[in-house]
Amino acid sequence: MPEEATVTVDQETQDAINIDRSKGDFRFPERNKYDAGRGLTEKTIDYISDVKQDPDWVREFRHRALKTFLDKPMPTNWATEDLNNIDFDIIRYYLSDGERPKRSWDEVPADVLETFERLGIPEQERAFLAGVEAQFDSEAAYSNVKEDLSKQGVIFVNSTEGLKEHEEIFRPWFGKVIPTGDNKFSALNSAVFSGGSFIYIPKGLKLKQPLQAYFRINSENFGQFERTLIIADEGSEVMYMEGCTAPKFETATLHSAVVELVALKGAKIQYVTVQNWSSNVYNLVTKRGLAMEDAEVRWIDCNIGSRLTMKYPGVIMKGERARGEVISIALANDGQHQDTGAKMIHAANNTTSNVVSKSISVGEGRSTYRGQVHIPKHLKGCKNNTECDALLINSNSRTDTYPAISVRGNQHATQHEASVSQVSEEMLFYMQQRGIDEGHAMSLAVNGFINDLVREFPMEYSVELKRLIDLEMEGSVG
Amino acid sequence: MPAHTLPQWFTDRQATAKERYENLPMPTRRDESWRFGNLKQLDFSGFQVADPVDADALIARSEGLESTAAKFVFVNDALVSSESNLPDGVICLPLAEALESHSDLVEAHFMKQESRLGSAKHAAWHEASVTNGLFVHVPKNVEVDGTIEVHHWIAGANALCFPHTLVITGESAKVRVVDIFRSADEVSPGLAVAYNDLFAGQNSKLDYIALQALNEVTRMVQVNDTSIRRDARAKAFVLNTGASWARNESLSRLEGSGAHSDMLSVSIPAREQEYDQRTFQHHVSEGAYSDLLYKNTLYDDSKTVFSGLIYVDEGAHQTDAYQTCRNLLMSDRAEAHSMPGLEINADQVKCSHGSTSAQIADEEIFYLCARGIDPARARQLIARGFSVEVVERLEDEGVEALVLSFVDAKFACITNGGA
Repeated sequence: MPEEATVTVDQETQDAINIDRSKGDFRFPERNKYDAGRGLTEKTIDYISDVKQDPDWVREFRHRALKTFLDKPMPTNWATEDLNNIDFDIIRYYLSDGERPKRSWDEVPADVLETFERLGIPEQERAFLAGVEAQFDSEAAYSNVKEDLSKQGVIFVNSTEGLKEHEEIFRPWFGKVIPTGDNKFSALNSAVFSGGSFIYIPKGLKLKQPLQAYFRINSENFGQFERTLIIADEGSEVMYMEGCTAPKFETATLHSAVVELVALKGAKIQYVTVQNWSSNVYNLVTKRGLAMEDAEVRWIDCNIGSRLTMKYPGVIMKGERARGEVISIALANDGQHQDTGAKMIHAANNTTSNVVSKSISVGEGRSTYRGQVHIPKHLKGCKNNTECDALLINSNSRTDTYPAISVRGNQHATQHEASVSQVSEEMLFYMQQRGIDEGHAMSLAVNGFINDLVREFPMEYSVELKRLIDLEMEGSVG
Repeated sequence: MPAHTLPQWFTDRQATAKERYENLPMPTRRDESWRFGNLKQLDFSGFQVADPVDADALIARSEGLESTAAKFVFVNDALVSSESNLPDGVICLPLAEALESHSDLVEAHFMKQESRLGSAKHAAWHEASVTNGLFVHVPKNVEVDGTIEVHHWIAGANALCFPHTLVITGESAKVRVVDIFRSADEVSPGLAVAYNDLFAGQNSKLDYIALQALNEVTRMVQVNDTSIRRDARAKAFVLNTGASWARNESLSRLEGSGAHSDMLSVSIPAREQEYDQRTFQHHVSEGAYSDLLYKNTLYDDSKTVFSGLIYVDEGAHQTDAYQTCRNLLMSDRAEAHSMPGLEINADQVKCSHGSTSAQIADEEIFYLCARGIDPARARQLIARGFSVEVVERLEDEGVEALVLSFVDAKFACITNGGA
């Protein structure tokens, strides 16, 4: 559909649509000083580099990545053909209001504040937040690291600042966990990345409060290409939370982030995501963690919404006794495809990994689990456990599971189990008999299905998650 | 077989298949159906269709079950011996003869399904080149007691053959067929591109057992296609102990409610043997049941690939489908890949799959040692027991004993007797 296409609707319908808009489904007039225009060429790259005043090595990095992106074929030999519907020529790769990142709430523009208000950031700021790196369009519109944190040596900045001001810390790991050529979309991100968080936790520091960032997409046809790199130095601990809601637009939006985590010896990183994209977003994300000796990387991931999500958080267990874990919940509604999974690469002795994935398909939604477990030769004592459970709500719902488990040698143990089921008639009948209507009974059953995973999320996320699921389940039965 | 005796439809099919074989591309690394597979094994140049040799000696070596309902011996696809005590009405003929005498029946069932698990090119090659095999048709209400036993020998250096087995059961009929694939000697490289079509009619019982014990310089591609009608029960079992490389593709299509499919396999690779197995449980109709159990015991530098998919069509509600692949790793150099998959387009479905890879636990060895069994013997016993669990599902003492005799023969030629 051409982006100019408009549909004429009568006033009544218009009103109905306006009233019906759910939370997070709103937008403000665009106000951008820098715009790289539509399409992707060498010029786009130079434009981004100029605006961001990239150091020369970053500019070269971007140019090399563009070449890799153009050379790589779409992975449609295993992934969905829907990828071919992405029109890279109508996407705007860089958009910014050109204002410097804000330091306090008072300086944030009123309309941006209102967006955050509706997302519930201020309350969370009061309750939990240590620092906010809130992203409005591609630049951080607000940035605040609490003073005591910076005193402790924590660096919490956006990617531009990270590469410029702290090159000696970030450059050695930048693009090392996920090389540019890892896949077509990691190459795309490497070429045009802007925004995202760069975090460094110094040795031995165990952060009690989670760090948090909210991402938003707020310009039609505008893709966000955040780049996040978290380095937890020896013996440190950090939890990072990221959540997304996006306003609805008429043409597809592309979101392609790269998130790299580095947990040095004995460190622990937990990365929590709750994503609720509108159903025209392509969310093609590459996320991978590197766990050194005795380190632990945990991905806690919830995907709701989007047209197509392809996301397989991975952990490379590079040091002995390293641990990797992926806990994921996916909910696919009409017109949505959640293609999620996990990648566990065992590269040292006595490493253990655990994957628990639960998916719910509602209406014509499709959820897919894709996994890889790799245990190479000459290692000892590696263990993997994978469980995936799928719940189908309607008769036209769809679910797929495609794990791949490679084990070499006889010193390891892997197990994989998957099941597919539906909410039993008896359970619904039992609840209805006690005066709960069918819709609520279904919601209760679905919440019960994922309850043990929801508990892994921080408290305010699990509350939000339950609300989101109730919302998604509305009208799915009866 | 002289060309003029063949029905027109068959020569036409072979001509089209030849064209398809030539036009289809070779599988590449980008093909999901060959993921983790070894494409180098697909260089089949140098193999040639060969005449039968040493027929008498091979007939003498064609030992299997103590008693059979019928017995056939093929050497390089040529029939060299046959005997039969089958009930009246049962058609059990070499395919070459059946093409003449029961042309319509063969045409209605011969290679009807398109090959979807990666070997379309090799299936076309088989279709274009097949000259013989076994055709079995058991009419309505006829039950064959006992087993039809078929020996396929590959003899001579670089011999190429295309064994085909086509089994049809009518309503409420019953039959069991065992194919045994072996090489005449241990040193001549050979190649078998085999295909079997199984049709289980309504409420019938069809058991098919393939025992692959070729020599370790021979390769094999085997494609199995099973259709199961309402209330019918089909069992397909594959044993792999031989060959340097074997690729099995097994597809089961459940076409009526109450249809029941058991897909079973035991593989025991050692040295540098590689087995590559792809399966597909296709639930076309609602209310059907399928259960897959594949077990691999890997020694030395061997490698296995298992890729299975349960596919539930839209509207195939009340499906019960299960899939389990277990790998027992007996060496620290062996390599097992498992890709158990599910694609579900219906609801009110019970599906699950599981895959495990592990070695024998020290506790198990300790337990047996504590009972006076030495550690090597203990490992042997556990490895054998691991395979027995699948073999027992055949539910026929004679056939189970036959399969286990191949299993034991394999253990006997592994270092330390499979310990």
